[in-house]
Amino acid sequence: MMEWLTPLIVPFIVLNAILGIVTYVTLLERKFAARMQSRVGPYRVGPHGLLQPIADAIKLMMKEDVVPTAADRPVYNLAPIVFLIPCMLIFATIPFAPGLGVADLNIGILFFLAVSAMEIVGLFMAGWGSNNKYALLSAMRAVNQVISYDLPFIFAALVPVLLAGSLRLSEIAVAQAGLWFVFYPVIGQLAFVAFIVSTVAAENRAPFDILEAESELVAGFRVEYSGMKFAIIQLGEYAHVVGASFLGALLFLGAWAGPGPEWLGPVWFLVKAMFVFLLVTWVRWSFVRIRVDQILALSWKALLPATLVLLIATAVVVVWRGTPGV
Amino acid sequence: MSTIAPSTRVELDYTGSERLTMNMGPQHPSAHGVFRAILTLEGEQVVGIDAVIGYLHRCHEKLAETLTYAQYPSIASKTDYVAAMTSEFAYVRAAAMIGKIEVPKRAQYLRVIAAELQRVASHLLWLGTWCLDMGGALGGGATVFLYCIREREFILDLFESLVGARLLYGFYQVGGVRYDLPPGWAEQCRETVDFIDRRIGEYERMLEDNPFFLVRTQGVGVISRELAQGVGISGPLVRGSGVNYDIRRTEPYSSYEDFDFRVPVETGGDCYARYRVRMVEFRESLKIVRQALDRLPEGPISSRPGLKSVAQIRIPKGEAYARVEGARGEVGCYLIADGSAKPYRMKWRGASFSNLAILPHIIPGHKVADVVAIMGSVDPVFGEVDR
Repeated sequence: MMEWLTPLIVPFIVLNAILGIVTYVTLLERKFAARMQSRVGPYRVGPHGLLQPIADAIKLMMKEDVVPTAADRPVYNLAPIVFLIPCMLIFATIPFAPGLGVADLNIGILFFLAVSAMEIVGLFMAGWGSNNKYALLSAMRAVNQVISYDLPFIFAALVPVLLAGSLRLSEIAVAQAGLWFVFYPVIGQLAFVAFIVSTVAAENRAPFDILEAESELVAGFRVEYSGMKFAIIQLGEYAHVVGASFLGALLFLGAWAGPGPEWLGPVWFLVKAMFVFLLVTWVRWSFVRIRVDQILALSWKALLPATLVLLIATAVVVVWRGTPGV
Repeated sequence: MSTIAPSTRVELDYTGSERLTMNMGPQHPSAHGVFRAILTLEGEQVVGIDAVIGYLHRCHEKLAETLTYAQYPSIASKTDYVAAMTSEFAYVRAAAMIGKIEVPKRAQYLRVIAAELQRVASHLLWLGTWCLDMGGALGGGATVFLYCIREREFILDLFESLVGARLLYGFYQVGGVRYDLPPGWAEQCRETVDFIDRRIGEYERMLEDNPFFLVRTQGVGVISRELAQGVGISGPLVRGSGVNYDIRRTEPYSSYEDFDFRVPVETGGDCYARYRVRMVEFRESLKIVRQALDRLPEGPISSRPGLKSVAQIRIPKGEAYARVEGARGEVGCYLIADGSAKPYRMKWRGASFSNLAILPHIIPGHKVADVVAIMGSVDPVFGEVDR
């Protein structure tokens, strides 16, 4: 009788769950980074700093919203929203458990990759609309980098697709019931490493964070943003990383598969996604940033040919075995 | 004289129509204080840099004329606040040279211990901030920075128990040093030295096994031997370009001839060579501290004990230039005394000030990201540049 409500309620729940996860992922990263650097990390707000993300959010909401006089106002104001929407939309096709998801499209992974690449529009709008030279340089770098790294990202993500023989994310997850794709001999490990590297780069995380590059460009494309607009950009960025972590856990780590009753599935999925997220974070806090030309060289000269070869090799293996699946 | 091209612009095969002028500083995360670099960019490439300094000018040289020989050493700390001991050292040496004041052997050794610990502390801060420049406050650089700061704290603890201050000391006095070692200090110092020695090995492994660190530093900001000698840079910069010049060795002062240490020289001239020089200097400084503690002679710590008033020290008429090897290079103090309790005129030769002159020669042609890497490898402290 309430059939018509379902398409409204499910996205609402998922969206809020994702917002909660994304908010607390910042705390996880800060605690993890603090441990790496032999610090304690946030500790004062709430027990063990557990309320820190909420305090941060309130602080950002209370901040004055400063718009530069010379900014291109419509572009400047629209940019955070344009940036946030694709970052949240990527969660639409992810099944968090069998049948638990907003839309299990038959081209789920294609949708994910296409929408995920859209974030660049918001980035460039922010960089251009701010009318700031640091932001402009950062936006130019962003376009360079995202175009360069989306291709290896896609190729690496297509390896599990070939192995599973489906573009539907739930079917890729089910195909790993016997063997997680990360354990698939040779191909699985190489694809996982390529996926992690290109995730770090495509999400603009250090050591590939040349668009933020606070030692040269101060804060890059978001240098002129403050208050809630800044918070929205941050939120979008973290949502994107978390989305890519979920994708990594789904493509390589068997999604919701794990010991225990079936209802633990989403929990296992979250744990695996956080594992991927911490891998990315670990890389972030260990390396110095590399230069823009070196980043591009790494992508076009090494990562792109490597993932392409890997993809072809996977195809050959699948054809040789005669059937997709493990 | 070598011939150094005065041009700071390089011509590139650039097809764009406009050059971008970008202001880096004086308020900028990696300005190392208040340095303003006006960059001319062609895309990502820097074709010109105009350096603007003077934002931290505090009239130090005029101030020195109004303070007595007993007062000024504490203020001298404030020129180079990262290696505060060094400038005090240069000042008291200049005064002692004019007055022909003998410094007791124990005081000389204590001066060496303080100066070398200060060099280690300063290099630790350099390593941290340089990695911060390249790796970002929100990346791997911050990790190295926090490790280095943690180690620097141990040296500051030593200074605190010796002098009572952690940043600006006033330890050196004309004719000696102000304080003797408190009980137990030598043991604490030895432990700290051993500890830092171990940790430096860890950082070396962490950085040198890191391909990203290598691609960011090798071949970046190359200073040729000729350029290094022509521009007048000193310290680790000139030693990274194949010039064997260290005042502790070429013109030993304060008993440096007693100690066995190596002056590291690298021939690469790039950021990586300067990094290597400083990493070896860490070890050599720690070695000198160990030797000085082992052979520390007994005796008075000053040739003018029992200071009763700040105007007690009078230096006869004369002038002198004293130089010491600071963490950043040659720190010189030129002093003219008129026989009263205050100098007639004083002039600093800041190592950072002279080292900064290299920037327009090596930065054009590099990417924007390299500007901060090169700046960091020069290791300027703006208190010393602007004075």
